[in-house]
Amino acid sequence: MENNKKYIIQLVIVLVGIIYCVKLFQLQFLDDTYGPAAEDNILRKIRDYSYRGIIYDRKGNILVHNDPVFDLMVIPKEAQVADTTKFCTLLGITKEDFIARMKTARDFDIFQPSVFMKMLSMKDFGRFQDHLVDYPGFYPQVRSLRGYKHESLANTLGYVGEINKNLLERDTTGSYKQGDYIGITGIEQEYEHDLKGENGVKYKMVNVRGVEKGSFKSGNRDSLSVPGVNLKATIDLELQQYGEWLMEDLAGAVVALEPESGEVLSIITSPAYSPGMLSGRLFGNNFTELTLDSLTPLFHRATMSVYPPGSTFKPLQSLIALQEGVITPNEQIFCNGSLVGDHAPPGYYDVYKGIQQSSNNYFYIVFRRVINQGLHENTFIDSKLGLQKWADYMEKFGLGRPVGIDIPNEKGGLVPSPELYNAIYGENRWKWSTINSISIGQGEVSTSPLQMANFTAAIANRGYFYIPHVIKEIGETGAPKPKYREKQYVGIDSVHFTPVIDAMERVILLGTGFRAQIPGIAVCGKTGTSQNPHGEDHSVFVAFAPKENPKIAISVYVQNSGQGARAAASIAGLMMEKYLTGEIKKVWIEDFVKKGHFVY
Amino acid sequence: MRKEASILNKIDWVVIIIYFILVFLGWLNIYAAVYDEEVDKGIFDLSLNSGKQFLWIITSILIIIVIMTIDFRFYDSFAYIIYGVIIFLLLLVLVAGTKVSGSTSWFSVGGFRIQPSEFAKFATALALAKYMSTVGYKLTKFTNMLVTACILVIPPILIIIQGDTGTALVYGAFVIVLYREGLNPTIIVVGLIAIFLFVLTLIFEQTTLMIAVGIGGAIIIAMGKKKWQRIATVIAGMLVVIFVIWSVDYFVEEVLKPHQQNRIKALINPEADPLGYGWNVTQSKIAIGSGGLLGKGYLEGTQTKFDFVPEQSTDFIFCTLGEEQGWIGTSSVIILFVILLIKIVRIAERQKETFARVYGYSVASILFIHFMVNIGMTIGLFPVIGIPLPLFSYGGSSLWGFTILIFILLKIDAHRMQVLFR
Repeated sequence: MENNKKYIIQLVIVLVGIIYCVKLFQLQFLDDTYGPAAEDNILRKIRDYSYRGIIYDRKGNILVHNDPVFDLMVIPKEAQVADTTKFCTLLGITKEDFIARMKTARDFDIFQPSVFMKMLSMKDFGRFQDHLVDYPGFYPQVRSLRGYKHESLANTLGYVGEINKNLLERDTTGSYKQGDYIGITGIEQEYEHDLKGENGVKYKMVNVRGVEKGSFKSGNRDSLSVPGVNLKATIDLELQQYGEWLMEDLAGAVVALEPESGEVLSIITSPAYSPGMLSGRLFGNNFTELTLDSLTPLFHRATMSVYPPGSTFKPLQSLIALQEGVITPNEQIFCNGSLVGDHAPPGYYDVYKGIQQSSNNYFYIVFRRVINQGLHENTFIDSKLGLQKWADYMEKFGLGRPVGIDIPNEKGGLVPSPELYNAIYGENRWKWSTINSISIGQGEVSTSPLQMANFTAAIANRGYFYIPHVIKEIGETGAPKPKYREKQYVGIDSVHFTPVIDAMERVILLGTGFRAQIPGIAVCGKTGTSQNPHGEDHSVFVAFAPKENPKIAISVYVQNSGQGARAAASIAGLMMEKYLTGEIKKVWIEDFVKKGHFVY
Repeated sequence: MRKEASILNKIDWVVIIIYFILVFLGWLNIYAAVYDEEVDKGIFDLSLNSGKQFLWIITSILIIIVIMTIDFRFYDSFAYIIYGVIIFLLLLVLVAGTKVSGSTSWFSVGGFRIQPSEFAKFATALALAKYMSTVGYKLTKFTNMLVTACILVIPPILIIIQGDTGTALVYGAFVIVLYREGLNPTIIVVGLIAIFLFVLTLIFEQTTLMIAVGIGGAIIIAMGKKKWQRIATVIAGMLVVIFVIWSVDYFVEEVLKPHQQNRIKALINPEADPLGYGWNVTQSKIAIGSGGLLGKGYLEGTQTKFDFVPEQSTDFIFCTLGEEQGWIGTSSVIILFVILLIKIVRIAERQKETFARVYGYSVASILFIHFMVNIGMTIGLFPVIGIPLPLFSYGGSSLWGFTILIFILLKIDAHRMQVLFR
């Protein structure tokens, strides 16, 4: 009995020893959550935010720069605010707001810093900075915000905002963290990869009171931020601003291209907004306001609005018919004006007269010849074969599909294909007479202002274009994306362009496009009126100049302003004059545009 | 002179060696716990706990020499007087003591503080040994039981009044001594069941437990013979259990102070409030757990260095060891303690005299409870009870107290042969 007790006591001692050793083995060796937990305790991660790339215009003017802003950070465990009222006054917040913000921070992590107040401007922060020492646990973190020295180009530049949960989850590169900025629309979105640079991180060790105790592992794990790449845009800011001024009280879009390169000289959508509205602390309010605006200023009309091209389509139809050999330039075709409604009088028409006078009946006949080429005895099948050929040409001109500009969410418009009509009417249940309204650029056809400027550039180049783009140089490469350096041929021999271009010149000299004349420069163009079932027709105009060695191709689209000869042609003429000569001689046209009475 | 030479031959050197290893390791870890790389202070710097501990170690060696020099019969003869003096000091400290973090347990002498409750342990052990070695002593005799209980209960009551419940709990260690000396094991088993119920009450809702007891009782009744007597016994047992559960709940909610309640709650579920009452346990486990197999290296422990672990040079010194020396360090120290404890039990067992054996078991029991509770709390197996790890933790009174406790035993043990010829 005595012996038993002796051994039981010793056994208990040994057992406790063994249990403790096993428990410690589990704690120290098997369980690997404590190591990270210890590092979590002492590590304070400081994001070193990268400097987003700057965007210049084609002449080196800054389109987008960075403004420093301050995020006021708080570490809840250390935060001490003796005088809440004063603190709130300095920051311009209410006491309830203060309590709510502190709670959010505390709920996130009591030891780790979180943002107490975002994006304080230099001025706002300056007021607070003098008192910063009175509030331990608070410190500023410098970031940069997009800044603009002009009011232009907002829709094209796009905006930058905090990455949302959705994007964060979809990001597979792992280079974004909660609270990081990301380009959300426009160039900022398209070139996000180049612009963003790399955020860095610094690890500081802190003790339990949050006092810094130097860098972690002598800074081995730290990384410096890498600034983003600068971009050079194709935009001519001066021309852009001039165009925006002309369009200021109008709704519509203007796209001006350099035909020999596909560079976008100006891309205007109206009404627009000031780019500064979507940068900084007022983002939320302004964004809501813009979203609710019935004039849809956030909608990029130049790339996203599509509508029937109207008569501006006629030069294209001529080119296709000439290439197909169904007409010759001087072939006289009699039009009695009975086939379709027309402004042009009855008589004999050829390509020159047809385009100059915008004869609907002439192009009705031309288009019928393209569609019904007699390739098959069955008129239904013949129409299908003809339409397919036509649609292929249109596709090559960059119509019916997004042309591929470097602005996201471009719309492709519509070029009706046999498949479309098959779907509507059934296989072999439609023929020429069913679809003839597309001959004059109405009916199912729709294009965007960008596409119109692009096919105009293709005409100016006599047979090819470069895909329009707004960024000409990415960083040190000095070059745009590779796809913007490839010639796109439209499949029409250059010889066929001569009569069409001559005809377009006559439109300006002798026809409806006279308001687009530029003293001393040969301008070629075509007016159009886009029928609008909901109200006044839209005014459309395409043009390029000079006729030889063209430097600018332009499309203008003004909503609800009637004939293309008035608003659209005037604006196109002024912008080309501005770009080519640097000054405006025809000030009366300027007055005409600014007065804004286009429908009478 | 012959006698002087012989004590070095007769003394138990294993205990002495382990004693010095633990004291030395403790001292190194105390330095690690207070080390701050931005302040260039050495281990001997007197403004640091490690510098002071060095003084305590030197003085402890002086105490050892004194104990070895005094005649071994002194402790037997003066047991009651020593006990009386200590009781007096425990009373005096209530009047003249200094309050430190909620406890009035210290006398301030010059720049130093002395904690009489640390010395009450060996005094109580001596008095108990003296009383139990009286001729005709029997644990079954009521008077003997009563006096034994008084000897054991007076010091902890005074210590609780001082506000140091942790130190008072150590007196529970004497149950082991009583068990060895013939206390009815049933009492101990009942005690263990009570503790088990206590823990269950803390984990589960009171009503849940009551229902469980009811169902359990019903099953027991249904399974056995339907004898009237048996049913009555089971029901009586159930009532007792229900009463215990109810009283534990009452005790925790109404009697314990909030910080004591929190310590118990933290043991059950430290994750519930890691920044509040779970802080100590959470940070302590992080410190030890992050040490891994081999540790972060001496003076490299971030949990300790950056003050995440509370009381790191005293009650939570084991965290410093765990973080910097890893499992190799912690298990080695545990093995050292186990060897020390087994060795002391064996020393107690080889005594021919009841006085020496009871004293030996008291030493083993007190050290064992300290060892088990202190390490247990740092790894989350015990609630946070503020008692030091013997010989390891910083503290003069504590080191002196344990030194006296151990070396009186070694002195008596060295002379155990002389008893036979007396």
